[in-house]
Amino acid sequence: MKALVAVKRVVDYNVKVRAKADGTDVDLNNVKMAINPFCEIAVEEAVRLKEAGTVTEIVAVSVGESSCQEQIRTALALGADRGVHVEVEGRPEPLAIAKLLKGVVDQESPDLVIMGKQSIDGDNNQTGQMLGALTGMGQGTFASEVKIGEGTVEVVREVDGGLQTVSLTLPAIITTDLRLNEPRYASLPNIMKAKKKPLETLTPEQLSVAVQSHVTQVGVAPPPERAAGIKVEDVSQLVDKLKNEAKVI
Amino acid sequence: MKTLVIAEHDNASLKAATLNAVAAAGELGGDVDILVAGAGCGAAADAAAQVPGVAKVICADNAAYEHQLAENVSLLAAELGADYDNLLAPSTANGKNIMPRVAALLDVGQISDILSVESADTFTRPIYAGNVIATVQSADPKKVITVRTTAFDAVPAEGGSATVEACSAAHDAGVSQFIREEVAVSDRPELTSASVVISGGRGMQNGDNFSLLEGIADKLNAAIGASRAAVDAGFVPNDYQVGQTGKIVAPDLYIAVGISGAIQHLAGMKDSKVIVAINKDEDAPIFQVADYGLVADLFEALPELEAAI
Repeated sequence: MKALVAVKRVVDYNVKVRAKADGTDVDLNNVKMAINPFCEIAVEEAVRLKEAGTVTEIVAVSVGESSCQEQIRTALALGADRGVHVEVEGRPEPLAIAKLLKGVVDQESPDLVIMGKQSIDGDNNQTGQMLGALTGMGQGTFASEVKIGEGTVEVVREVDGGLQTVSLTLPAIITTDLRLNEPRYASLPNIMKAKKKPLETLTPEQLSVAVQSHVTQVGVAPPPERAAGIKVEDVSQLVDKLKNEAKVI
Repeated sequence: MKTLVIAEHDNASLKAATLNAVAAAGELGGDVDILVAGAGCGAAADAAAQVPGVAKVICADNAAYEHQLAENVSLLAAELGADYDNLLAPSTANGKNIMPRVAALLDVGQISDILSVESADTFTRPIYAGNVIATVQSADPKKVITVRTTAFDAVPAEGGSATVEACSAAHDAGVSQFIREEVAVSDRPELTSASVVISGGRGMQNGDNFSLLEGIADKLNAAIGASRAAVDAGFVPNDYQVGQTGKIVAPDLYIAVGISGAIQHLAGMKDSKVIVAINKDEDAPIFQVADYGLVADLFEALPELEAAI
């Protein structure tokens, strides 16, 4: 069974991103970049399925500028077998990424596509579902447990009220939630080995996809600031403030 | 201008999140219709018809929609979408699951989690865990949008009299099947619509200690939430998680107990009207957003607080 894992290069989750003063865009100068945490969980899940003998080959794919090959190498160091980089300049939107991933799916014919439920930069939470619509595959979004069966996969999903379990016909798409697994760290020997693993670069033209923009960013602004609060001395002062000043209890 | 709102419901009743999405739809102007896709969902459709300002409720009652599987409902919504300029859903787990599929079927982009409607094609939405608010403009002829429910005041649930139209379109993609659901049953208000929320973090030390929050929640009619750290540690189930990738809440009063205040948590609660933080670490970042901070051992403060309110 072949697994395709999509990974995205994003700002490290510890970085507090700010809007530029002129409001044109976010300030990403000299910030640390990393693999999107949800994508890391996706890679880990594929690696665990391979260790369990279910998956035989893991292909890691990323859509973006040449710098995202770094994140493909991270996935290779974590246990993916080979990489595919779809080279696109700028910031492609979720629908364009989904179309490019569909092109890769058509080429690779994976049984399972695993990706993060959202990337922590755009916070869109769209690409996996869009890929589902474009390929006609079933989707197990926000997955916290994945069990492969005979031609099917059972996915436990984190939903608003609790947990929902669905069964999907393979091939299928899984988008990961936080509780699916705890990703491992890449060992130094594996990081070295990853440098020698095959990494193929494709263009949108080779996948017959026209990369289009549907939504333009007009501007950015910081969120409304909260006025500075106060420290209270003790519980009775807190209750007094809540009752008489804030009037919320 | 015509807008279709995909209802959040459980077949028997309409969920409050639908009312926030209808409010956003109202800001777009023109007719607002609601789609209730389910099985045995007549009661939810009737409830939707009571929502003021709604012209028509489309009730698609079919076994294929019983659990609102995205593969099936998206085919229905995309088909109905032919007649609409906008398709909206609340940013709930369901809305997030279904709508991008609808957008891709219609070959349009999706605008996730809108905070405001600036004009018919321009919206604001949070990016980077809410550290930046982006203004975005859609070039698509049809807009597919999910609505951050806390950013739009709900319309009333009653007072309207829309017509209910049955829709017989049956779409079963045949690639997914509902197996089971484990839904927590609670007498408390829903986390996303409660006017008071009290959340615990890693500082609670274990799941049993969450009982310290229950007494206070009972007195304040509050919902109980948690930080990611508390959920990851297994103290409480996933549906308690407040944050960037969990639930977004904006109650009148949010009490954060033993929560340090990672940016991912703040993203889910910093629009609350009044924020109280109780933490023994006086340098915890949660105090930077708190209106009232109490530096104290939560195991002493919580029983005192429960007794004092």
